[in-house]
Amino acid sequence: MLLIPCPWCGDRDETEFHYGGQAGVPYPERPAELTDEQWGEYLFVRDNPKGEFAERWSHSAGCRRWFNLVRNTATHEIVR
Amino acid sequence: MRLPEGGRIDRTKPLRFTVDGIEHTGCAGDTLASAMIANGLLTVAPSTYLGRPRGIFAAGVDEPNALVQLDDPMQLATTVELVDGLAATTLRGKGRLTDEPDAARYDKRNAHCDVLVVGGGPAGVAAALAAGRTGARTILADEQRELGGSLLTENRLLDWLADAVEELDALPETRVLTGTTAFGYYDQNFVACASKTRLWHVRAKHVVLATGAHERPLVFVDNDLPGIMLASAVRQYVNRYAALPGENIVVATTNDGAYGTAFDLAGRVSTIVDSRSEPPAELVNRARELGIEVLAGSTVRQALGTQRIGGVRVGDREIACDVLAVSGGWNPAVHLFSQSQGKTRYDERKAAFVPDKSVQAQHIVGAANAVYDLTGCLDEGFSAGIEAAKMTGFDGEKPAAPYTAREVITDPHPVWFVDGPEGRQFVDLQRDVTVADVRRATGAGMRSVEHVKRYTTIGTAHDQGKTSGFAAIGVIAQLLGAESPQGTTTYRPPYTPVSFALLAGRDRGELHDPVRKTPMHDWHVRNGAVFENVGQWKRPWYYPQPGEDMKAAVLRECRAARTDVAVMDASTLGKIDIQGPDAGEFLNRVYTNAFAKLKVGHCRYGLLCKADGMVFDDGVVMRVAEDRFLATTTTGNAAAVLDWFEEWAQTEWPDLEVWFTSVTEQWATIAVVGPQARVVLAIVAPDVDCSQDAFDFMTFKDAFLADGTPARIARVSFSGELAFEINVDGRAGARVWDAVMATGLPTPYGTETMHVLRAEKGYVIVGQDTDGTVTPQDLGMEWIVSPRKDFVGKRSYQRPDATRPDRKQLVGLLPTDPDELLPEGAQLIAPDTPLTPPVPMLGHVTSSYHSAALERTFALALVKGGRQLIGRTVLAPLRDRTIAATITEPIFYDPEGARRDG
Amino acid sequence: MTVDLREIALPRQVDLRVDPIAPAATRIGELLGTPLPVVPNTGSEAVLWLGPDEWLVFGASEDQLRTALGDTPGSVVDVSANRVVYELSGPDARDVLEQGCAIDLHPRAFGPGRCAQTMLARANVILHQVDAAPTYRLLVRPSFAGYLTSWLRDAMSAAG
Ligand SMILES: [Zn+2]
Repeated sequence: MLLIPCPWCGDRDETEFHYGGQAGVPYPERPAELTDEQWGEYLFVRDNPKGEFAERWSHSAGCRRWFNLVRNTATHEIVR
Repeated sequence: MRLPEGGRIDRTKPLRFTVDGIEHTGCAGDTLASAMIANGLLTVAPSTYLGRPRGIFAAGVDEPNALVQLDDPMQLATTVELVDGLAATTLRGKGRLTDEPDAARYDKRNAHCDVLVVGGGPAGVAAALAAGRTGARTILADEQRELGGSLLTENRLLDWLADAVEELDALPETRVLTGTTAFGYYDQNFVACASKTRLWHVRAKHVVLATGAHERPLVFVDNDLPGIMLASAVRQYVNRYAALPGENIVVATTNDGAYGTAFDLAGRVSTIVDSRSEPPAELVNRARELGIEVLAGSTVRQALGTQRIGGVRVGDREIACDVLAVSGGWNPAVHLFSQSQGKTRYDERKAAFVPDKSVQAQHIVGAANAVYDLTGCLDEGFSAGIEAAKMTGFDGEKPAAPYTAREVITDPHPVWFVDGPEGRQFVDLQRDVTVADVRRATGAGMRSVEHVKRYTTIGTAHDQGKTSGFAAIGVIAQLLGAESPQGTTTYRPPYTPVSFALLAGRDRGELHDPVRKTPMHDWHVRNGAVFENVGQWKRPWYYPQPGEDMKAAVLRECRAARTDVAVMDASTLGKIDIQGPDAGEFLNRVYTNAFAKLKVGHCRYGLLCKADGMVFDDGVVMRVAEDRFLATTTTGNAAAVLDWFEEWAQTEWPDLEVWFTSVTEQWATIAVVGPQARVVLAIVAPDVDCSQDAFDFMTFKDAFLADGTPARIARVSFSGELAFEINVDGRAGARVWDAVMATGLPTPYGTETMHVLRAEKGYVIVGQDTDGTVTPQDLGMEWIVSPRKDFVGKRSYQRPDATRPDRKQLVGLLPTDPDELLPEGAQLIAPDTPLTPPVPMLGHVTSSYHSAALERTFALALVKGGRQLIGRTVLAPLRDRTIAATITEPIFYDPEGARRDG
Repeated sequence: MTVDLREIALPRQVDLRVDPIAPAATRIGELLGTPLPVVPNTGSEAVLWLGPDEWLVFGASEDQLRTALGDTPGSVVDVSANRVVYELSGPDARDVLEQGCAIDLHPRAFGPGRCAQTMLARANVILHQVDAAPTYRLLVRPSFAGYLTSWLRDAMSAAG
């Protein structure tokens, strides 16, 4: 079980968190102006690297704040 | 045979036990295996597949043969602590689960420490002492009942050990867990440990692995005969338990380790067979002094005997013996290290996979790190303990080591198997797998040990390859002509078997999962409600009266709601308070319909979709003030909707000033439904004018009830009937419910009636009529999708997939036979579709009920292109019959909406 | 077993959201007689930290807090009925909690004046250590109260 550093509450068990997928994929500013392909890209396509991955988490059972961290998907080391 | 003296057993405390029904006597301090050996019982049940005789082989968790059935199935005689009255049955491979529930109390502890030391041998004790003395919070876990590890086998440093144990017990922040196996090593130093009845979740800042090493067997012809035992096991039985397995012993080894066994049993050992052509002179001389012959550069080719070993063949010689103590070298116990993602490498000189690189905050020391001399083990342990403590913010001196004679460990010379019949050279004793089987695997083209493992089943029995794994790796290497072994199988938790009862702990029976109850729950129980689980909530499903079945009760409840007045406990609905100057703007962006202009005091039904446009949740939103809303969610989605709001507000629109607070349980909610609802309200809330002119549909009023309780009364309806929802402080819920019932007018109804009433009106239930692949348009709810504003998911409705004509759409179904009830989930097909797979499906039934109002059955369904098929017939082929139904509009009752005003 | 469990009636509970550096936060501190704690996971019997801009306030009413908030954007919600409060007290109290709570409750890591929103067994709780007895307050949704008290009594029977 991961030990995840909430920027506010400190280290807590993974079970207190909600996973939010890849970080840095903002909701498009003007969705209506996107092509179907661009919108499909936003909806469905995410990186899946072996190694460091910036991702979003929410401390849902604690302070309910969202934050980003970088995790190594191969070793589960939380890099920063 | 029991030796007259020595050992760590208590001869003054005899313990009676039985094996296969025959009574024997052991001593306190025995394991079942040591007591058996002391009673001359070396042979256990025959092998699983071939039925060959087998005996006790090891002295610990690596035992392949000595399985016994106690109350628990498949225990190892070598790890079972002897207790008075123990009744064991030897097991041929498979145990049996008892039918009786396990009455023992299993529980769990969460523990945190600065330094966790796994393994209580010399290196582990040294590490724990060093760390513990600094004041670091230290846990030392060892699977054995007694700390000491190899010291107990080798009878060394026992005084130092006793002092250390005493000191560890006295250190205030150090905890020693004996009889506790660290069986799983997960991320961020999360280590699961198991004692007999307690599961430990240990989170350590630093871990010191001092997990020791496992001795390897030797592979030769008939190497499975009873009497063939690991050399260290023979030594342990004699020194620790004063249990002598034989009188005439031959030792066969590839390394220095087994010499200690020969020396400790001098007088009973005739010969040491050493694979090395030049064993260390010091050891050879010592053996000769003790009258033991050393055959250098030799290996045992075959064991002689049928039921038990009677001798060995070494070259041309036959040497008589009743025990053959074997040592094929040592494997560092890297199981936990590997689970923690540590990498191993093959060390040619040590002929073993040794730790190479740690991934987590960790040290690995002693025999687990392929350090086999006691001086070295202690030194590594002390150093690691101090370093671990320093890394966690503590400081101290490295403790002084006790005196130990310097040992020089000479490299081993491994022997993987011998010339001779390969079908009688056993690699895996538990699975009866031989060199011949491995040759078949490599002959079939397999190279990797992972593949050979799966092909031959080597290492898949209860010990998961502790004795057989490396033997197989060596055999494969030799068969393939490789220079050295090529990699191990993957080490996975658990290191030793863990019972499900232990993992379940207290999470069983009423503690298995929380049962959530509303403030009115006791009333429901007293009034005979049958409950339905909705998530963790218990909700009244229906309230049968004497003699009523579910169908009758639900029809009666429905009739009351449609013709009179009925009430439901709606407290489980999720509720979220939304405040801030941008609250309206926020709701506009997440709901498909508009909220920014909703008037204070008004309610609006809203639909939430995910970005892919699929329906996610729905509920009524009230505007409490310009900058304050109260949103309701479905019962099961309350937490998910709050998470959803927080996600968008925090991560996408941090500039919006809006805040969310869960108030699900702040409010208890009573739905009063039916044409007579105003009569009830007039009694319960006499100060509220609930006439049609004074109380509009989809508005709410804050008021005081007759007894002064503040309430928020909303005129909303999920049934099509005139209805009011009375919301009160949760603590007043039971009292207000009583007041409503005390009017003597309403019929209580449960979730089933609620479902029927809403389905008659074609109102969907998210999660029942939708499944994450359904758009508002699929539900025929275009009216709630705002064309004027943007909202999460809107863009998705222009995707080609969202506009396909064959999307599944919500329709009604009327079975041709009005008494036939379509099963929910039934698949639908077009008439004349052949029933040979694959059968093209049109869709499926999502909701299906008996209707009191319609006096017949009806259903809702998702059907491909369904709205184009209205009026057509579809079939639901079931196991025993086929139900025909006509596709209709998904609204069955009061399509004009005339009833909502009462 | 030296541990005691009882339900206690706390004065009103209100969930407060406000920017801690806004003057309104100071006004609210004055109303409460103690500043809003800004160190995460700390608090007192008057107010607990729940998030960087969120507190659970005891005693003051929604109206009082709304007045103190004034025109400052924020949120004030009466949640008095949203949680019930238990007090678990005595030398074995920590051992009881450690059977189902994964956060570190050792005095070096947690102590009087510390609080946490976390899981106890399978229920979300706000855990607040009041004194060194130790006495812990457990705030839990009323719907979970039956489960949680059953769990606590079971754990108490094995504590120590
Ligand atoms: Zn947090």
